[in-house]
Amino acid sequence: MTYLAKPKLHHPGLDKNERGYTRRDYEGAISTLCAGCGHDSISAAIIQACFELDLPPHRIAKLSGIGCSSKTPTYFLGSSHGFNSVHGRMPSVLTGANLANRDLIYLGVSGDGDSASIGFGQFAHSLRRGVNMVYVVENNGVYGLTKGQFSATADKGSKSKKGAINTDAPIDLVGMALQLGATFIARGFSGDKAQLVPLLKAALLHRGAAFLDIISPCVAFNNHVGSTKSYDYVREHNEAVNRLDFVSPRSEIMADYEPGSVEEVVLHDGNAIRLRKLHTDYDPHDRIGAMNYLQERQAAGEVVTGLLYLDTEPDELHAHLGTVATPFNQLGESELCPGSAALQRFNASLR
Amino acid sequence: MPSDAPARINDFVIKFSNVNGSGSASANTLFAKSIMRMGVPVSPRNIFPSNIQGLPTWYEVRVCEAGYLGRRGGVDFMVAMNPQTWDKDLAEIEPGGYLFYDSSKPLPKSRFRDDVHTIGMPLTQICNRTYSDPRERQLFKNIIYVGALSAMLGMDLAEVEKLIGEQYKGKERLLEPNIKALHMGRDYALEHLPRIDLAVRRADAVGEKIFLEGNSAAALGAVYGGATVAAWYPITPSSSLAEAFARHCKRLRHDPESGKARYAIVQAEDELASIGMVIGAGWNGARAFTATSGPGISLMQEFIGLAYFAEIPAVIFNVQRGGPSTGMPTRTQQADITACAYASHGDTKHVLLLPEDPKECFEMGAQAFDLADRLQTPIFVMLDLDIGMNERLCEPLAWDDSHRYDRGKVMTSEELEAGKDFGRYLDVDGDGIAYRTYPGTHPTRGAYFTRGTTKDRYARYSETGPDYVDNVQRLLRKLETAKELVPAPHLRPAKRATRTGVIYYGSTSPAMHEALDQLEAQGLDLDALRVRAFPFSDDVSEFIADHDRLFVVEQNRDAQLRSLLVNECVIDPARLVPILHFDGTPITARFIAGEIGQQMKAMNVMPLRKVVQ
Ligand SMILES: Cc1ncc(C[n+]2csc(CCOP(=O)(O)OP(=O)(O)O)c2C)c(N)n1
Ligand code: SF4
Ligand SMILES: [Mg+2]
Repeated sequence: MTYLAKPKLHHPGLDKNERGYTRRDYEGAISTLCAGCGHDSISAAIIQACFELDLPPHRIAKLSGIGCSSKTPTYFLGSSHGFNSVHGRMPSVLTGANLANRDLIYLGVSGDGDSASIGFGQFAHSLRRGVNMVYVVENNGVYGLTKGQFSATADKGSKSKKGAINTDAPIDLVGMALQLGATFIARGFSGDKAQLVPLLKAALLHRGAAFLDIISPCVAFNNHVGSTKSYDYVREHNEAVNRLDFVSPRSEIMADYEPGSVEEVVLHDGNAIRLRKLHTDYDPHDRIGAMNYLQERQAAGEVVTGLLYLDTEPDELHAHLGTVATPFNQLGESELCPGSAALQRFNASLR
Repeated sequence: MPSDAPARINDFVIKFSNVNGSGSASANTLFAKSIMRMGVPVSPRNIFPSNIQGLPTWYEVRVCEAGYLGRRGGVDFMVAMNPQTWDKDLAEIEPGGYLFYDSSKPLPKSRFRDDVHTIGMPLTQICNRTYSDPRERQLFKNIIYVGALSAMLGMDLAEVEKLIGEQYKGKERLLEPNIKALHMGRDYALEHLPRIDLAVRRADAVGEKIFLEGNSAAALGAVYGGATVAAWYPITPSSSLAEAFARHCKRLRHDPESGKARYAIVQAEDELASIGMVIGAGWNGARAFTATSGPGISLMQEFIGLAYFAEIPAVIFNVQRGGPSTGMPTRTQQADITACAYASHGDTKHVLLLPEDPKECFEMGAQAFDLADRLQTPIFVMLDLDIGMNERLCEPLAWDDSHRYDRGKVMTSEELEAGKDFGRYLDVDGDGIAYRTYPGTHPTRGAYFTRGTTKDRYARYSETGPDYVDNVQRLLRKLETAKELVPAPHLRPAKRATRTGVIYYGSTSPAMHEALDQLEAQGLDLDALRVRAFPFSDDVSEFIADHDRLFVVEQNRDAQLRSLLVNECVIDPARLVPILHFDGTPITARFIAGEIGQQMKAMNVMPLRKVVQ
């Protein structure tokens, strides 16, 4: 089988990537979300990241839970298989899918309600198992689809559109992911594509559990004064620990970085990410340091974005289980069925 | 002693009353298996509490040369090793039966029964005299009583010794003291204990049969059926199924060259995650299963509905037990029939397979995966604790090497490339089953978005009424197809023509067969139909139509299978008389024959013999 794109009737002027796909090959159906919804910007960033990485769209499986955020896989990667599963349970469906075929790229899309409330358990356990995936939470601090109830990531004291004040402590999924052993942990902002696209690209190439918390304002229910997940609030309080450039071995090395504040991290396939450090003391390879930094900035009312932690030698579930290299869904009787002779021996041992 | 009473050879029930965690289990199994090795059928049953150490536990062994493997009821010989349950144990002995107890400490006469023979053996004294280590004192006490029993029942010592030898193969250091303990018990019994009128005598009634637990058999079925992904959460009585799968896979499923595993087993965080993983794997083209019991099924409801409507293959082994978590977790029932047949939200119906013994657990355990792929839907294999967790004598397992897995309707990259029309929910040939594609098959064709019912035949988003109706009507056609594919019912016709019938299923089987023989001996004839699957094939409705009076025998309170029959075959409920046993113990022939006999007499069905007279 070839993964090369079959020619479509494209506008001749559309740029093609290395594999011959145009950006349009990574698009999906027209979005039905509210105009200005942060989730749509994330879909656009996913399209751009996959295009720029030359990924064959059909080799990506997109899975989601339930919510406005979980609807978005319909709006990108139209030639990929998608699965809109049940509320809060995307991680288990993704885990099973990954076990069945280790050769695809798994992109899990979830919301803050989906992951921090009803699916908090599955979020945690999929990360601690080290499932090879990109786990994206499109975090707006509310339940969009059910019309604006607080979610578990809403900050204490934040105000709902109807004026209610949230009195419960928030769950910071990035902090949780750090504790739970995810091997790639980042936070982005739907309104900052320049930071988000390289983060997504790096996450897609990471061979382990990559977690991305993306602040994504809900224009319908959570973009007013008093909301800590609004566009204005995040822009004002964004504390980026680093800026990323994504460097593929093919592309020319860019020369515009400032020496002394740049760290290059080479990924498995030769691609590299270059961290342009805004904070020279920030070390993305120190899990405990990352936890401390996160707590410290949080206490100061800041939203830390960027690549917070990266393990360059990640482990993953298939390695833990010692599974064969061939995807399970390609194994047949000859590999799976022990046959009648083995059964005779088994019978004999039971007499 | 009753030397004048006729000896009961190869036909009695012996029960061991022990304390959980005292190491009695392996000695008791040794006893039962030795009798089987003498060619005499045995059916042992564990009766145990939801507890690890300290609470009472029983092991009941029915010895029956005639081959009846159901629980008989009543006890002829009680090995009373637990002072805590003394009164209850004593009361269970049939008049004229035997009480065997540890007589190290004298007991007042008032603690015994006049109509029961009492056999005391100073087990603790013997052990304390012989062993100094308290653990040894406890463990060898069990082997000593097995030695004594072998003498009293006239068992072949060589068979017991041989079994101990197999058990301690490679651990010869442990072998010798066990053999010594066995002889110690036997010698004591020969010298001091009375002869009894129960005996085991070598016979030829076992043949090629094997002795196996249903959970292990079902797990092996999953191996043979090609399961590669198992996700589970521990719950009695299903845990040993998942654990057996791990054991079988370790033996049978590693790539000989790389040593790598051709399977993945995940102990999930709960049953929601277990079934979610199974569904993810099934969606992606692997064969996957979970094993659980009632409370787990409750947690899986939403996902089961998703798999039904999104048409994703999944296999669920439900090893049924009594009630909720604080119900009767270690007792048996057939009480999840309706919960599984109609599991989840919306209009759903699911395929159930109903194995009667370990052999069928193996067969249906493997077949479930072909059915799941063919029908693209969840398949429930409904075991229960009685067949799942007890070793049961059954025919040897068989596998046809020419069998090829039925992966169902899966469109390939070549077919897509050739331009074959792909509609994920498009019924192209009337069987209600549409083609699916595995993710990643073709660069530009065959991808679709999986969701519940908001879709049209081409998997495009749709919330319109006609699309919904079209889709769920097709699911009904699929269920019709299922009727032809699931295991057909088994008919056991009465020797004489009769208008009375009985329907039963699952672990009720051995007790039912024995009851039918008993009823026949009383001149009461019944045609018997063992239902092996839901949805019911036409044979089931025809059987009901062909009989005037019908009994439905079940191990639950609400006559659940009967409800399904009434509902799905459109039967007047008055025509189906429920015979229900649901106290958590396995159903007995005594109970069935008693109930049916009484009802038939009340219905004025004259025993044939009487009519002839
Ligand atoms: C079992 C279950 N309970 C409740 C719902 C209703 N529901 C749908 S979406 C949603 C919240 C989604 O919130 P979030 O994940 O934050 O997504 P958003 O819409 O904000 O992107 C809820 C509660 C459901 N679909 N399933
Ligand atoms: S309700 Fe909020 S989250 Fe949902 S689509 Fe509208 S803006 Fe986006
Ligand atoms: Mg939300």
